[in-house]
Amino acid sequence: MVQNYVFPATVSEAVTVLSTNRGKARIIAGGTDLMLELQDGKNTCDVLVDLTQIAELKNITEENGFIRIGASVTHAQAAKSELVLKHAPALAQACRKVGSLQIRNMGTIIGNIVTGNPAADAAVALACLETTAEITTQEGMQTMPLEDMYAGVCLSCIDSCCQVVTHVRFPVKQKGQGSAYLRMEQRKALALPMLAVSAMVELDGDAFKWARVLIAPVGAGPQHALDAEEFLKGAPLTSATMAEAGQLARNQAMFRSSAIRGSKEYRMGVLPVFIERVLQAAVEDARKA
Amino acid sequence: MPNQIISFRLNGEVIEIAVSPAEMLLDVLREKMHLTGTKRGCGKGECGACTIIFNGKAMNACLIPAMRAQGADIQTIEGVEGEGGLHPLQQSFIDKGAVQCGFCTPGMIMSAKALLDKNKSPSKDQIREAVGGNICRCTGYVKIEEAVEDAARNLRANAVKGGDL
Repeated sequence: MVQNYVFPATVSEAVTVLSTNRGKARIIAGGTDLMLELQDGKNTCDVLVDLTQIAELKNITEENGFIRIGASVTHAQAAKSELVLKHAPALAQACRKVGSLQIRNMGTIIGNIVTGNPAADAAVALACLETTAEITTQEGMQTMPLEDMYAGVCLSCIDSCCQVVTHVRFPVKQKGQGSAYLRMEQRKALALPMLAVSAMVELDGDAFKWARVLIAPVGAGPQHALDAEEFLKGAPLTSATMAEAGQLARNQAMFRSSAIRGSKEYRMGVLPVFIERVLQAAVEDARKA
Repeated sequence: MPNQIISFRLNGEVIEIAVSPAEMLLDVLREKMHLTGTKRGCGKGECGACTIIFNGKAMNACLIPAMRAQGADIQTIEGVEGEGGLHPLQQSFIDKGAVQCGFCTPGMIMSAKALLDKNKSPSKDQIREAVGGNICRCTGYVKIEEAVEDAARNLRANAVKGGDL
């Protein structure tokens, strides 16, 4: 049962509160998942440590060749950010898909990662952008690649009772690079993704220099379509190449049949088309740059 | 931890109220302020019946910890009606038959108002995005969309006449 609710003014104040409460205090940012978990008894804590008043966590900035997103940046904020639209259209597209506008006005990008959900839209997009998290504890700051933050399906390596993910960052877009995000859903609003894909490519003339292709939900966190990525290295920029990459992506796509998301067979069937389309969209973005 | 006194602006008036650290804003509005126009639908942020305008943005009151209201500017359906009568959105919902059982209506209007407060010439897509998080089980949404368009038109006409809405 929550007995105290505090608004630290700085990150160091926040980690001090966590540390003095020895596991009984927990970070809250957007709270769209956490408040429900607390009400349902799936989560418990004595003290909620709210990050939303910490000035340095409210912004999206460009620093030293990276786009840096603070812990209280919401999906709505990122979806409209000029920096995100320019450097990471995949992330802007993903943020527009989360929940409803009301949820996007509250829920945070970093919360989307820390909840550990394998098909969290923003996290799937961030995975193709080579994202790194900055984590602060009482001992200091460390960094962790996004893919290391998942301990299992809906399980995060982050312990919000002692760690604060203050920012995530990814490199600014270089010439010839592009990204895109795509998901399949039952309705255009308020729908969970049946499957989600993201891709980032770098072009070299009429060929792919490299491509990162991510699929979800097929495991703990977004998963690389490794065979497709290997195949795309140096491959010619043709629709046949992208179609072949789609077929190869099925090798890593271990969908499970789900009453909410759809059958394994159906999702395996449509995956190649989504990979093809997301690659086309990423290529289009790369050509714009 | 005993209740804490928080202060915020509610429908234009600064108020102070004692809340518990575990309480949700929706419960404070409904049970303590007796402002029951903000509905409790699903209680999980999925239906939009509890939509309020929190610092200019549409949000689900069922997901907001009450403590976070400290210093905020909050509007509920009760504060939408102006001195001169119904807000154009309320009038358009009536005129266009956008209300049937009425349970989703306060949330719908707050979502639409958050949009029209910033944009008085919204496109159909922008209207759909704004009310996409509000579920109506009666009308099928067509009349709701028409009502928001109608209200936007009336707000623009009023602005041309020099009105203050």
